[in-house]
Amino acid sequence: MPATTYVEAIRQGIWEEMEKDERVFVLGEDVGIYGGAFKVTEGMLERFGEWRVIDTPISESAIVGAAIGAALMGLRPIAEMQFADFISCAFDQITNFAAKSRYRWNAGVPIVIRGPSGGGVHGGPFHSQNPEMYYVHTPGLKVVCPSSAYDAKGLIKSAIRDPDPVLFFEHKFLYRRVKEELPAEDFTVPIGKAAVRRTGSDISVITYGAMVYTALDAAKELEKEGIDLEVLDLRSLLPFDREAVLESVKRTSKVILLHEDTRIGGFAGELAAVISEEAFEYLDGPIRRITAPDTPVPYSPPLEEFFLPKISDVMRVARELYAY
Amino acid sequence: MNVKTISTLSPVSGPINELKVPSEELQLQLLYFMKLTRELEYRIERKLYRQGKVLGGVYVGRGQEAIAAGACIGLRKSDVICPSHRDMAAFLIRGMSLRVILAQYMGRKTGATRGRDANMHMGDLDLNIIPFISMLGDHVPVAAGAGLAFKARGEDNVAVCFFGDGATSRGDWHEGVNMASVLKLPVVYICNNNQYAYSTPLERQMAVENVADRAVAYGMPGEIVDGNDVLAVWDASERAIARARAGQGPTLIECKTFRLTGHSAHDDAAYVPRELMAHWEERDPILRLERALVETGVITKSGIDKVQERVQNEIDEAIQLAENDPYPDPEDCLKDVYFEQ
Repeated sequence: MPATTYVEAIRQGIWEEMEKDERVFVLGEDVGIYGGAFKVTEGMLERFGEWRVIDTPISESAIVGAAIGAALMGLRPIAEMQFADFISCAFDQITNFAAKSRYRWNAGVPIVIRGPSGGGVHGGPFHSQNPEMYYVHTPGLKVVCPSSAYDAKGLIKSAIRDPDPVLFFEHKFLYRRVKEELPAEDFTVPIGKAAVRRTGSDISVITYGAMVYTALDAAKELEKEGIDLEVLDLRSLLPFDREAVLESVKRTSKVILLHEDTRIGGFAGELAAVISEEAFEYLDGPIRRITAPDTPVPYSPPLEEFFLPKISDVMRVARELYAY
Repeated sequence: MNVKTISTLSPVSGPINELKVPSEELQLQLLYFMKLTRELEYRIERKLYRQGKVLGGVYVGRGQEAIAAGACIGLRKSDVICPSHRDMAAFLIRGMSLRVILAQYMGRKTGATRGRDANMHMGDLDLNIIPFISMLGDHVPVAAGAGLAFKARGEDNVAVCFFGDGATSRGDWHEGVNMASVLKLPVVYICNNNQYAYSTPLERQMAVENVADRAVAYGMPGEIVDGNDVLAVWDASERAIARARAGQGPTLIECKTFRLTGHSAHDDAAYVPRELMAHWEERDPILRLERALVETGVITKSGIDKVQERVQNEIDEAIQLAENDPYPDPEDCLKDVYFEQ
């Protein structure tokens, strides 16, 4: 069986759920005739028709608002944000209408809001952001960030079947760069479960999204120096797999928190707090963070290269922590 | 575009009879629900709130009762309504009980949101009521989405969405009505233009004369009706609902009215000129309907008194029940953020 790319895995996941459940539909900008800016919905209009693959005006707030209304009436909408950066336009609908609906009046809002996030493709400040933390701070939402084709397919299916609003951040750098053979049969990946990508005994690198590969590449290099990294891929940020984090940290006693998102208010801060509250006695060194700096995502290659956390950053911090 | 003011009732006396009117039975129902709304909101704002039994903000629709009543009375159970904060009649007509409403205002476990949310933020999917949120206009695209579900499933239900003049300044409003019109969704948008958004008069809210003028920009019919004339609101709503059911898309109905009170219970509306308030008090929609119904022989003056008596008794009974209803348990704070098995 040929390998499936990350982007194709998402397309397959949506397609299969649409085949199985006629309540599932997609709406967004250019998702129909054009098949989506990144071709995630390619071919769906022809297969499922114009009322299940709906081209909308450029109105992110109305896209999410309409998804909420349709979900309340029993449908299972998947709203595409053409770039995850544009999700800010729908912030109010997501955080105030969708997230609070079940709590307020017992009405679940089973919607998926998905879109490409992340840098490394010279997209500049408005096509490269990692906006996950705005939503991780909102009770009532779920936030997932898959790193592999298998997870992308398994998690999009879980997101579509989930009774609550799920934000599905796809990393656009991975769309066509990672691929793997996928099982032919139906499978899901549970929301809220991390995956150990590499077992190691010296330092736990806890990360998600495209940074999983940065960590793995660094681990391969450091192996030559006798430093054994464990790489834990969170896969979901809200809820996140607290047990897996603590289990890994308690075993290695040293931890690097790595993400492409900026530093202040990034997920590493929350992880550091949880680790220090619940595994302080196990630590043999300071909790270290590797993140993007607190700037917008710049466009020009040297600037973007500087902005993004690199293999060399992980290697440097790992050496320091190993020697601590 | 059909932008004209229509009215069936003369401002201070009997009916003009220009338009279709509902059956006598429906007219009596309208009278009952408008009087029930007036009395219920009076009790909430002037009694329970002042007694400290209702906390937080209280927003009433005194003087605007005709709008939600006229727009909702002809709907089917399978239609959806998205009321705003001065549309109490909508909840009552859809069948939300007085006890549930009063328990909601008093923060009880038996209220529509089990104590999680306050006042008019009431919803119930069994009654097909989607509650608005405080970010005015947010429920405008949500109503479009409800209409989208109907259209996608081939059902001829409609969504009726209410908002004030102020909400039409928000971007969500514009995105929502545009999407509804582009996709020809079965939605009826009803603006209660009460001429003030909190303290801000209409001319500081928009540079066009009428909210209905905005419909032109979205390629949908905009109609202006006398919002204090329940029969005119009913007639315009019936036509817009029929259009929506027939797959012809949304309609924007602007109901010209006036808020005979402050923005909320703590606001004395000192910024409203007294003559303006007096002008509109004379055009009280309930008094106008009562006069018309007496003149046409649909009801007698003593019949009206009996309606008032019934309304008061029903509310007395519901207040007693709601006051004895329990508060939520403190730990309920943690429940229902997500689906629980």
